[in-house]
Amino acid sequence: MTKNIMIVGVGGQGTLLASRILGNAVIGAGLDVKVSEVHGMSQRGGSVVTYVKYGEKVQSPIVDKGCADIILAFEQLEAYRALPYLKEDGRMIVNNQKINPMPVITGAAEYPEGICEKLAEACDLTVVDAAALAAEAGSIKAVNVVLIGVMATSTDIPYEDWIATIRSTVPPKFVEMNVKAFDLGYHLKG
Amino acid sequence: MKKLMLGNAAVARGAYEAGVRVVSSYPGTPSTEITENIVQYEEIYAEWAPNEKVAAEVAIGASIGGARAMSCMKHVGLNVMADPVFTVSYTGVNGGLVFCVADDQGMHSSQNEQDSRHYAKASKIPMLEPSDSAECKEFTKLAYELSEAYDCPMFLRLSTRVSHSQSIVELEERRGDALKDYKKDPAKYVMMPGNAIKRHVYVEERLRRMQEYAETASINTIEENGSKIGVISAGIAYLYAKEALGDKADYLKLGMVYPLPEKKIIDFAAKYEKVYVIEELDPVLEMHCRSLGIEVIGKEAFTLLGEYTPRMIAKAVLGEDGGKVTELGEPIPVRPPVMCAGCPHRGTFYVLKKLGLNVCGDIGCYTLGAVAPLSSIDTTICMGASVSAAMGMAKARGDEFAKKTVSVIGDSTFIHSGITGLIDIVYNKGINTVIILDNSITGMTGHQDNPTTGYTIRGEETKQVNLLTLCKAVGVEHVVVADPFDLKGFEKVVKEETQREEPSVIIAQRPCALLKSVKYSGHCTIGADCKNCKLCMKLGCPAISIKDGKPFIDESQCNGCGLCTGVCPFGCIKKED
Repeated sequence: MTKNIMIVGVGGQGTLLASRILGNAVIGAGLDVKVSEVHGMSQRGGSVVTYVKYGEKVQSPIVDKGCADIILAFEQLEAYRALPYLKEDGRMIVNNQKINPMPVITGAAEYPEGICEKLAEACDLTVVDAAALAAEAGSIKAVNVVLIGVMATSTDIPYEDWIATIRSTVPPKFVEMNVKAFDLGYHLKG
Repeated sequence: MKKLMLGNAAVARGAYEAGVRVVSSYPGTPSTEITENIVQYEEIYAEWAPNEKVAAEVAIGASIGGARAMSCMKHVGLNVMADPVFTVSYTGVNGGLVFCVADDQGMHSSQNEQDSRHYAKASKIPMLEPSDSAECKEFTKLAYELSEAYDCPMFLRLSTRVSHSQSIVELEERRGDALKDYKKDPAKYVMMPGNAIKRHVYVEERLRRMQEYAETASINTIEENGSKIGVISAGIAYLYAKEALGDKADYLKLGMVYPLPEKKIIDFAAKYEKVYVIEELDPVLEMHCRSLGIEVIGKEAFTLLGEYTPRMIAKAVLGEDGGKVTELGEPIPVRPPVMCAGCPHRGTFYVLKKLGLNVCGDIGCYTLGAVAPLSSIDTTICMGASVSAAMGMAKARGDEFAKKTVSVIGDSTFIHSGITGLIDIVYNKGINTVIILDNSITGMTGHQDNPTTGYTIRGEETKQVNLLTLCKAVGVEHVVVADPFDLKGFEKVVKEETQREEPSVIIAQRPCALLKSVKYSGHCTIGADCKNCKLCMKLGCPAISIKDGKPFIDESQCNGCGLCTGVCPFGCIKKED
């Protein structure tokens, strides 16, 4: 069986980097892995979706509707949009940030109310104030790594492999800060 | 050593290991990262060419000169380079020559969804199609072997999901990259009728031999699971089929999609009660099977549009519905891409919208000028068409229409194929106004240098094409440089230039806000004295939205570019450091 993870957010939020860290942690654990990314126009502030799949043998790089074991959402509306992709017993992790899309900005549409409450009724949900935890770790930019820390508890990849991946991926002077950010997410009581 | 690699990076690695010496490309999603990844290999000469035709010709020249060479482009780039491609099929190669073309099923970042496999058949150039990163590297290397063995250029067909997915690749060493001898050989390389007639004979004979090769090629594989269902597939669609059907089907996976192994296909198909051809976009494999008299199920079960998924295939072939899908039924606002906060194009389109001009658009981030609230652009066809299509509209509707119409085109796109349209306007007495959106970089594909930036792909300083001198040199007498963030000044320039009875060019100069050299600081805030006129909302800035009935600037989204301070008629928006 493969583990299917979807990372969703808004272009510019750093979802691509998150999926690459995840991919490298998996390869560190000696498993087959595929990571599907989005480049080009859709990155310009639009909805972005990346997929990470791992297991003994991974075929296609995409995750279908009803097939995601974990959805890691960097933004509430994108979590809501991604819900149909979650498996019946899947886990949704949502950063509590809200970013208005252009139709909301122009008044053509409304940002749905109470997304987290609705998601909590529909699935196994963890809401994270990742910005606050990242700030506690030392930089608001570590939102990425906080969220990966939360997600890591739902994978069978050993803690040490995650830490080793962070050490090998981020520049030396940011290692301690990022490890702290990962730990804050990893030990979050949800 | 094993490494997690993007499909595009694996193609670059394959080129490196195959001893490639020259790579020339024009950026285009989803192909761009192949050439960007080539740069890390110092042994390879790499360049961004002004357009795909030039890129292909540079690669062709390198091949004739004895080097292994490559050119990479997106599907629509293949249209631009089609001219040399059809003839290099006749000349053949000296050093191996591979054209990597990346299709964009689902149009993630493209203006159409064309299927480049048609080009393989039309130009009689063989085409390999990998499914994942490991095959990207393996097939690239094989393409060079075949290219030299059969004196034939080769296509490597990619797609968004292959180019932009990472999977595991085993790295190997680079083979030698010795140049082959160069000998003058006009019968082979000078394609005038007397020579080309003879080369055409060779092309047909080569195709026959390639087809023989296809019958036993190791990349055309059969996987038997004892099923009554046979699946013929290739590329990414094969992986979707494999995931959906597992061992409930037998597979003929075609690594070579042109020419096809006809005998192998006939023998395979004969064994099954039902044979499905699973391929995204056009029924290329399907029609070939039908032409061989094989009864297959293809596009009657699968769509011609967009990307496939395993779930879709399981439903069509097995009638299985797949796992439960939770839908809450509430409409969810779409989140289309938007111009970034601080984007220089925002000023330009704000002014064009205000003046109510017809706008012929082009290919780049600025195509987003078509989206609300800026809603300025009337047409977008292909690279360069903004300039020439506006000329055509003016010739159809007359000078008064021309004075209410502008073309907008980026700096890189202008060099790619806008300059020729401008020459048409000058030569044929047009009076159009062309606005070159000079943001100092090729933006949409992720910041590639181009002939107007003054730097090469490796970041080395080079001669910079001066847009102002270039436009003057082709005969445009009125060329004005203006800052699109000086809204009043820019509006005045647009009004003046569009009223002229002769051609004019406005160079809207302000760098892309995402460039490291651009340092906006602080952020803007809307004061309590806001009159709620909502004029600032017309900018379509992602940082400005309505909160409690009034415009509000989200500091986390604002980069302090300050454009909005010039829009507020009451001076209520201030910049804070």
